Amino acid sequence: MRYVLPLLAFVFAGFLGACDSNNIETLKADSLETYATIVHASYEDSYDAAVELDQAIDAFLASPSATSFEAAKTAWLAAREPYGQTEAYRFANGPIDDADGPEGLLNAWPMDESYVDYVMDESGIVFTGIINSDDPSLATIDAALLEGLNEQGGEENVSIGYHAIEFLLWGQDLSETGPGNRPFTDYTTQVNANRRADYLRVVSDLLLVHLGELVDEWAPGQSGNYRATFLAQDPDQALADVFTGIGTLAKSELAVERMFVAVNNQDQEDEHSCFADNTDRDIVTNAQGIANVWRGSYTRTDGSVVSGTSLADVVAEEDGDVAGTVNSNTSAALTAVNAIPDPFDRAIINQQTVVLDAVDALQDLGDSFVTAAAAIDIIINNELPD
Amino acid sequence: MRRPLVPRASRPHRPSRGGGAVRLLALLTVPLWVWMGAACDSDGRLIAEVGEEFSGGEVTVFNSGENAFGLPAPQLSREEERFFGVGNSFFNQNWVQSPASTTARDGLGPFFNARSCAACHFKDGRGRAPEFDGERPTGWIIRLGVPGQVDAFGSPVGDPSYGTQIQDAAILGFDPEATPVIRYEEITGTFADGTSYSLRKPLVQFEDTAYGPITGVSVSARVANHLSGLGLLDAVPEADLLAREDPNDRDGDGISGRANRVWSVAQQQHVIGRFGWKAEQPTVRQQVASAFHGDMGLTSSLFSEENCTEAPAGCNEAPNGGSPEIVDDALTHTTLYASTLAVPARRDWDDPQVLRGKNLFTAIGCASCHIPEMRTGTSTVADALSGQTIRPYTDLLLHDMGDGLADDLATFDASGSEWRTPPLWGLGLFETVNGHMTLLHDGRARGVVEAILWHGGEAEAAREQFRELPRDERDDLVRFLHSL
Repeated sequence: MRYVLPLLAFVFAGFLGACDSNNIETLKADSLETYATIVHASYEDSYDAAVELDQAIDAFLASPSATSFEAAKTAWLAAREPYGQTEAYRFANGPIDDADGPEGLLNAWPMDESYVDYVMDESGIVFTGIINSDDPSLATIDAALLEGLNEQGGEENVSIGYHAIEFLLWGQDLSETGPGNRPFTDYTTQVNANRRADYLRVVSDLLLVHLGELVDEWAPGQSGNYRATFLAQDPDQALADVFTGIGTLAKSELAVERMFVAVNNQDQEDEHSCFADNTDRDIVTNAQGIANVWRGSYTRTDGSVVSGTSLADVVAEEDGDVAGTVNSNTSAALTAVNAIPDPFDRAIINQQTVVLDAVDALQDLGDSFVTAAAAIDIIINNELPD
Repeated sequence: MRRPLVPRASRPHRPSRGGGAVRLLALLTVPLWVWMGAACDSDGRLIAEVGEEFSGGEVTVFNSGENAFGLPAPQLSREEERFFGVGNSFFNQNWVQSPASTTARDGLGPFFNARSCAACHFKDGRGRAPEFDGERPTGWIIRLGVPGQVDAFGSPVGDPSYGTQIQDAAILGFDPEATPVIRYEEITGTFADGTSYSLRKPLVQFEDTAYGPITGVSVSARVANHLSGLGLLDAVPEADLLAREDPNDRDGDGISGRANRVWSVAQQQHVIGRFGWKAEQPTVRQQVASAFHGDMGLTSSLFSEENCTEAPAGCNEAPNGGSPEIVDDALTHTTLYASTLAVPARRDWDDPQVLRGKNLFTAIGCASCHIPEMRTGTSTVADALSGQTIRPYTDLLLHDMGDGLADDLATFDASGSEWRTPPLWGLGLFETVNGHMTLLHDGRARGVVEAILWHGGEAEAAREQFRELPRDERDDLVRFLHSL
C-alpha cells in the first residue's frame, strides 16, 4: 500500500508532460520516498536474517555439535547478504553514522582478535582477551560490559558486531586457502567454554538491538524518527546526502579502503571478513547496494521487489546522457565485482588484475555520481571523511 | 588519468565583489595594495584581493565542516588518489603489538605515545594540552634535552634514561616511562584601554617515573599540528625562504629571521628545516618517519634503530615487526597522504570587518613574519602541488619569541627562545574540527588573543601595538584570523 502513493504521483506527473517545470521537483520527492522505502526494507531483511542467526546460535549453544555449529555459520553468511547492501546508506548523514551510532557496534573492523579470545602464535594457543581474563571487572559477560568495551582505546579494539560473531564462529584464519577452522569444542571442552558461550550469546543479542534501532529510524508513518526528518528536509539536501553516500562508498571506502589497500599491502588479514573468507560477498553486496539506490529497486530476501522512482529517473529528466553513463557504469561495476574469485585474500595475491579492474570500475562509478548530482545542480564530494 | 571534476562554474556560490570596473581598478593598483596589504574601491571601501579565498591555490577545498582538514588535493591523479587512500589507512588505523596476524600493521613500541597518527592529529587536525591536572588528551607530548648540549649533528641530547621524548605508554611487559602532569599559573595583564586579561603558563612535572628521576633536563611540551598544505610548504623553493632571512636585522625593523639548518638523514648533510615547532625537520617524509619513530616506536629506513635508551632493560630485544617495521612503500604513501591534504578555503574573506582586520594585521607588523603569500616551485611528491600561489601566513623562519615562550631546548640552529613562524591557514577551523581553539607550541593560549599576547622578543613591538588597539579593532583582527 505504501508504494502506491508515489506511484500515483509519478503517473500523474507523467500526464502533465515532460516539459513541466514541476516535474523534476516531483521526481525528486518521489525518488526520496523510494530511497526511504528501500532503506527500511533492507534493514528489515537484515534484522530478520539476524533473528535467524540468533536462533541458530541459541540452538548451537543448547546442543553443541559440528552440525549445529555449521548451521550457525550458514546463518551468519546469510545475514551478511542483506546487511552488505545497507552499507550504501553510510556516509549520508543517516542514523547509521550517528556520533554514538550503531555502525561501530555492528560492523567495525578490523577485529582485534586477541582482545576477545585466544589466538595462536608459534608456541601454540595464547589465552588472552576478555573471554580468558580473570580480571574481576570482566567477571560477568553481559551487554553492558561488551558495549562499554567496544572500540575502547581506538578502532582496533573491536569486541562486538558481525565480525566479533564471525571470529567466535570461525576463529583466526590461519589457512592459506580456506577460512578459519575453530572447533565446536571451543564451546564444550575448551578452557573458558562457558564464558565463550556467554560472549557469543550476548553479541548476537546486541546485533538485534542495534539493527532494530535502524529499522525503527526508517519505519514509515512515524513522527520523530529519521525517515520523517529525511523526507521533511529540503529535497536537494536529502539528494546530496544520498549521492554523497553512494559516491563515497563506491569511489573511496569500497574501492580504496577495502580493496586497493588490501592489494597494495598484500596482507592476507587486511580484509573485511577475514575469518570466514566472506570478503568477496561483502564487496558484491556493497556494490549491489549502490546499484539498488541508483536504480530505485531492491530485491528482498524473499525474492519480492521493492521499487519506485529512482535517482536514475531524476537525473535522466535533466540529462539523459549522464544518466545513461551512470547506468552503464553501474552494470560494469557489478560485473567487475562479481568476477573477483573467492577467497578475496588469495585474489589480492593471485588475481590482482581482476581486483584492480573492479577498483577501476567502482571509481568510475563513484566519479560519475558526482557528475550525475551536478546534472541536477547538486555538488557532492566522494572523498572518505576521516 | 580521467577525472570528471565538478565544473568550475558550479563551485559553491560566492558573492561577487563589485563590477568589472572596480576589479580592473584593483588590478591596476596591484603594487599599492600589495604594499598596503588590502585594496580599496573608488569609494575608499576595502575590497578583497582577487582569489585570496584560495588559501592553497588550486590545492584548496571549499569545506568548512569537521572534515575540512581531511580532503585530498583536488587535482590528484587517480593513481595518486589511491595511494592517498593507502596512506590514509596507515595514518588512521592503529598499529598493534608484535607478533600479530596483521603483519602490515605490527611493531608498535616497545614505548609509544599513540597507536596511530590520527590519535594525535584527530581528523588531520590539531592536538591540545591537558585542561587541568589529571586530564589526558592525545596530541600532547613532552620533549627533553640537556640544556646547552647538542650532538655532533646539532640535535638535542636527551636524558640518558628517557631520551628526547617521554613515552607515556608501553607494550605488555614494559612500564610506561612516566606520566606527565600539568599545572597552570595565571598571569594577568591589561590592554591599553584598561580591559584586563589573563594568560596561563604551563608547568609540567612527572609522576610514575619508571626509570629514575627526571632531572637536569629542559622540558618542552608540544602539541600535534594540523596537516593542511604540508606538501605545498615542502615545495616552496629554498631560495625564496632564504631571501627573507635577515639574521643581523640589516633592515633595522627589529625582526631578524633565519632558517634552521638541520640534519637530513636521507641526504646525510645539513639542509634548511621547514617542519616542526622549531623547523627541525627538512621534509614531510622525514617528519613522518620521525613521528612514527618517536611517537609510536616504529622503525623505518630513515630511523632504523629501535627507539631505546640505556635504562629500560630488554628494550632492544622486545618483539619487533620486522626491520624496518614500516617498509619504504608505506612510508612513501603516508608521506603522499600527509603532503597532499588540501587547505580549506577562507570563509567571509570579503566581509568588511574581516578586511579591516586584515589591514590591521599588516599595519601592526604581524605580516612581517606571517608572510601572507608565496609561490611553490616544483614538488617532488605530487604535480598538483607545483606552481601554486599559496597564502600560508608564515615565512618558515626562526624568530626569537622572548623569555615567555622560551623552552631552553636548542634544536640545531634554533636557540631555546627561537620558534618557527607557524602557518596560520586553517586556524579558524580548529574549533569545528578539533573542538578547541588552543594555540602555540604547547597549547597554552586559549584563543588568538592570548596567542598574540604571548608574543615577545622580535614580535614584542607588534604585540604592544595590538595591546594598544581599541576593543573594536582587536575584534576586527580576531575576526580576520578566524577567517583563515
